[in-house]
Amino acid sequence: MIERTPLLNFATHVILLVGLALVIFPIWLAFVAATHDLRAVNSAPVELWPGPHLWANMQEAWVLSDFGPKFVNTLIVAVGVVVGKVTLACITAFSLVFFNYRGRMLIFWLIFITLMLPLEVRIVPTYAVAANALSPFQVMLDATGLTGLIETVSGIRVALEWNLLNSYTGMILPLVATATGTFLYRQFFLTVPDELVEAARMDGAGPLRFLWDTLIPLSKTNIAALATIMFVYAWNQYLWPLLIITDRANYGMVVVQLSDLVPDQFSTGGGTPTWHLAMAATLMVMLPPIAIVIFMQRWFVRGLINTDK
Amino acid sequence: MRRAYFKTSWIAALLLAPQLLIIFVFFYWPSAQAVYWAFTLEQPWGGGNTWVGFDNFRNILADPYYWSSVRVSVIYAIAATALAMGMSLILAMFVDRQLAGYKAYRVALIWPYAIAAPAVGLAFRFIFNPNAGIFSYVNTVIPGLWDPTQIGWQALVTIILAGAWKHVAYSFIFFLAALQSIPRSLTEAAAMDGARPLRRMIDLQLPLLTPTVFFLFVINITDSFTDSFGIVDTLTGGGPFHATDLMVYKIYSDGFRGFDYSGAAAQSIILMVLVMALTFVQFRYVERRVHYT
Repeated sequence: MIERTPLLNFATHVILLVGLALVIFPIWLAFVAATHDLRAVNSAPVELWPGPHLWANMQEAWVLSDFGPKFVNTLIVAVGVVVGKVTLACITAFSLVFFNYRGRMLIFWLIFITLMLPLEVRIVPTYAVAANALSPFQVMLDATGLTGLIETVSGIRVALEWNLLNSYTGMILPLVATATGTFLYRQFFLTVPDELVEAARMDGAGPLRFLWDTLIPLSKTNIAALATIMFVYAWNQYLWPLLIITDRANYGMVVVQLSDLVPDQFSTGGGTPTWHLAMAATLMVMLPPIAIVIFMQRWFVRGLINTDK
Repeated sequence: MRRAYFKTSWIAALLLAPQLLIIFVFFYWPSAQAVYWAFTLEQPWGGGNTWVGFDNFRNILADPYYWSSVRVSVIYAIAATALAMGMSLILAMFVDRQLAGYKAYRVALIWPYAIAAPAVGLAFRFIFNPNAGIFSYVNTVIPGLWDPTQIGWQALVTIILAGAWKHVAYSFIFFLAALQSIPRSLTEAAAMDGARPLRRMIDLQLPLLTPTVFFLFVINITDSFTDSFGIVDTLTGGGPFHATDLMVYKIYSDGFRGFDYSGAAAQSIILMVLVMALTFVQFRYVERRVHYT
């Protein structure tokens, strides 16, 4: 459209620059703090320009927080959540859309409702389940009297136990137990034309072959979008690992490690707060998901808008 | 509606089984468990739970700390949502004018979405700390004027700013997408009628955005009830003197620090009902917006 609005254009640039400054400013301050030494970072007024100590601070924070194994752990969990979610959501949505059995809508709603309650809201009982993931089945056996029956018949007392505390499985499974991806796939599968299904059946392809050879190649964009969102979601988890990982040396996650870097009386013993190390660690922890989002921006934005999450 | 299906077989059930098993164990069972705990009280020294009816709820509702937590959560939710949405709406409208460099702005405004809440909390804790943060110079003039670690309302302001900052990117993405889906013919028709860009923003774009505004409002409020844990934990730790003890944080500290499972479960139930009500409102609206064909 051809319109001459020099004044408004100027105002637009000013507003956008101010907005951008407001968004970037906090991260800039954190970055600057990470480049100074202990004395400079604790002097008022706040430093606005970077100093020379970035590399040294990052190294010190890395060693202090033992980030090496923790980055590996976080990566394992994030990839586990991504793979688990992409696979599970895909096969579930496939079953819901391409088969016609009774109770289909009921099952869809059962899965859909999980969108309503985020993990944080039901954290206490979920923790109890993670302590023994088989406890629901044990309770059901006990309640139906089957435990006693089996004991009298075989002489073995059934005691199901599967502890998920301090394990990758315990980190990953509850994060996979939501409907986000199923919904995204379902939306897409519903747009696949009937003719495609009919053609596949005429050629003698079974459902699994159709899924593998036709649907999955078609849903590459969806997979990329879902994978990006899930990676960021899993990497940034905080409350859940804080609770179930007590063995931080072996299973610790990087984001949880930030809580140890909060410079309060516990960590510094009343000494000078080590802001420069805390900020250096913060920068390192936030970098991988930011890189993924910028790199995958196109797919990520589309996925976010389609999942409504 | 779809007409062509595969013949129903055991494959359909097999594909469905893993997801149903996981949501049963990690979603439905814990949710039911929360209800059970909320109405029972665990005996000290073991020995199972005894039924206490609504006692847990009565105790919570009689607790002034709980009400202060509710009050703080509501203030936080509304203030952070209003700030984040206002700012992202203005930015999205001006980015949508697509002047030179708008793509760079778009990228620069989207990436904060990827930052973890505790990282935001820690960064803001540094920025607003009384000794070396941006307001530290105030304290060199009048000592003690700015100190979120001691003064309640200042701590609340810092978590609101941190929460709003974290949510700008998310709202921005949705606003921009909504603006870009406005048909070009509408904008051109308005321009032909002599409506200048600012007039079009107020009389054309803003009304067309109302569904998005409503959707984002609900999402942001819900998120501020659940997603705020990381920010509070690293920024204030719920203090000073419970001034930033948001509901989700109180559940955690009562349940896992105070070992009051029944009380925490009852609080969870209240929060669950609240979040479900909000989500329900949103689904009603999503139903109307999304057309299944």
